[in-house]
Amino acid sequence: MTAAIEIRDLHKSFGSLEVLKGIDFEVALGEVVCVIGPSGSGKSTLLRCVNRLEEPTAGKILIEGEDITDPDVDIDAVRTKIGMVFQQFNLFPHLDVLHNLTVAQTKVLKRSEEEAGRVAHDVLDKVGLLDKVSEYPARLSGGQQQRVAIARSLAMNPDMMLFDEPTSALDPELIGEVLDVMRQLAREGMTMMVVTHEMGFALEVADRVVFMDEGVVVEDGPPDVVLKEPRTQRARQFLRMVTHH
Amino acid sequence: MGTNKKRRRSKIFRWVMYAFASALVVAAVIVGDWDRIAFNFFNPEVMGEMFPEVLTIAARNTIVYTVLSFIFGLVGALVLALMKMSSIGPYRWFAVGYIELFRGLPALITLILIGFGIPIAFQNIDIPGGTTGAGVLGLSIVAAAYMAETIRAGIEAVPRGQSEAARSLGMSSGRTMFTIVLPQAFRIIIPPLTNEMVLLIKDTSLFYVLGTTPLTKELTKFARDFMIEARNATPLTVAALVYLAITLPLTWLARRLEKRGARGRAGSETGDEQKNVLAQVSKSGIDR
Repeated sequence: MTAAIEIRDLHKSFGSLEVLKGIDFEVALGEVVCVIGPSGSGKSTLLRCVNRLEEPTAGKILIEGEDITDPDVDIDAVRTKIGMVFQQFNLFPHLDVLHNLTVAQTKVLKRSEEEAGRVAHDVLDKVGLLDKVSEYPARLSGGQQQRVAIARSLAMNPDMMLFDEPTSALDPELIGEVLDVMRQLAREGMTMMVVTHEMGFALEVADRVVFMDEGVVVEDGPPDVVLKEPRTQRARQFLRMVTHH
Repeated sequence: MGTNKKRRRSKIFRWVMYAFASALVVAAVIVGDWDRIAFNFFNPEVMGEMFPEVLTIAARNTIVYTVLSFIFGLVGALVLALMKMSSIGPYRWFAVGYIELFRGLPALITLILIGFGIPIAFQNIDIPGGTTGAGVLGLSIVAAAYMAETIRAGIEAVPRGQSEAARSLGMSSGRTMFTIVLPQAFRIIIPPLTNEMVLLIKDTSLFYVLGTTPLTKELTKFARDFMIEARNATPLTVAALVYLAITLPLTWLARRLEKRGARGRAGSETGDEQKNVLAQVSKSGIDR
């Protein structure tokens, strides 16, 4: 079966700084993969390469078998299949929640206002924020904003979702509600690639955990193994630091 | 102890300044020939003769010229700003050249070049609207150069995450610019754009160099001609008051919008950053 995401020998440099040094990596359909590692290890860059927010320097990225590093590929069309959730939420502050959810549906997918509104209500219900449909983002808590951001991605009916440290900008008491939504998505079989520092979430929800350091994949395996009995010294050291803070 | 002494000294200095200013006013009042001042600058008879034309023709023309120049200038400025931010070299060079050129020239010279230069250089091209059209065109060209920088700063003040989010949803770069970035950028730059409009109002007084008819005179030209005819300076006083009646509400409106904008962004994390940019943008607009 074709993988949802397949990455082959991916390199990415910013100027003379090589951030990704040859990544080989796969996410199967319906799989939840958590990517962990110290800051500066390249995990966010890797995630942002998957929908080409960052242009890879070398290597191939295949989304459902299609090579998206091909210059002829319609990247806008590819991106509609890949939901993306950011650390800073990035809701559109000049639009209310409803229009945050409908703007891309009507402009990109060419859905009617009516249909887009219906989809928006469905996904808002799913993240438990139906009552906020006409609020502006500035009036929502961080946790609510992130849930709206997830709903905004879901409204495009993506085949897979990328999460770039989705809870890192949140106050501790708001993390839970966002993780709950993500947990539910995982249960429903969504293909997910999650860059996170939430080891508990990774242990519980992930099918696989990938540990990155200095631009390479150091460990890749089931959460029980990678998080509890890592093979490498580097992973053991990192896990000791994040669990004893 | 030291600060106490300093405070007392600055208090004394302030009182000296007050006394000096009061003395000046008193001297002016004593020395001034108030009958002559009243006759020459506040002559009710001359004032009466100016109405209603000073409003129905002169003020109206000033406003029409300003609004037209502002609209055309804004469109031009948007194009220039996008060109200046383009990844295509020649676009960028053109925008930089244009902006530097027309910000560097006195508006008067640009007006003369457009109004007299184009008809000489291109004999079969007529600028629609005659000399008035040429004036509007010239002022739009100048305004575009000034506002381009303002718009660019506004676009750059919108956090990068906004366009990343839009692009991730599959929007093209053009769509992202027009539906996500520009609406936010314009909200940020409303105050400096209002300042630009106040500057334009005053710059329409340069239209006289292109020649006018009784129906195309704007406020300053109208007042000057009236002054010569009446051999009395009262028309200038009236024109000044009409200018203030237009510009003061505008600056007041700009300040209100600025305050409202600041409040609206207070909740967002980038509020402070945007306020800083706003301060820079305003400054770049005013230093004309």
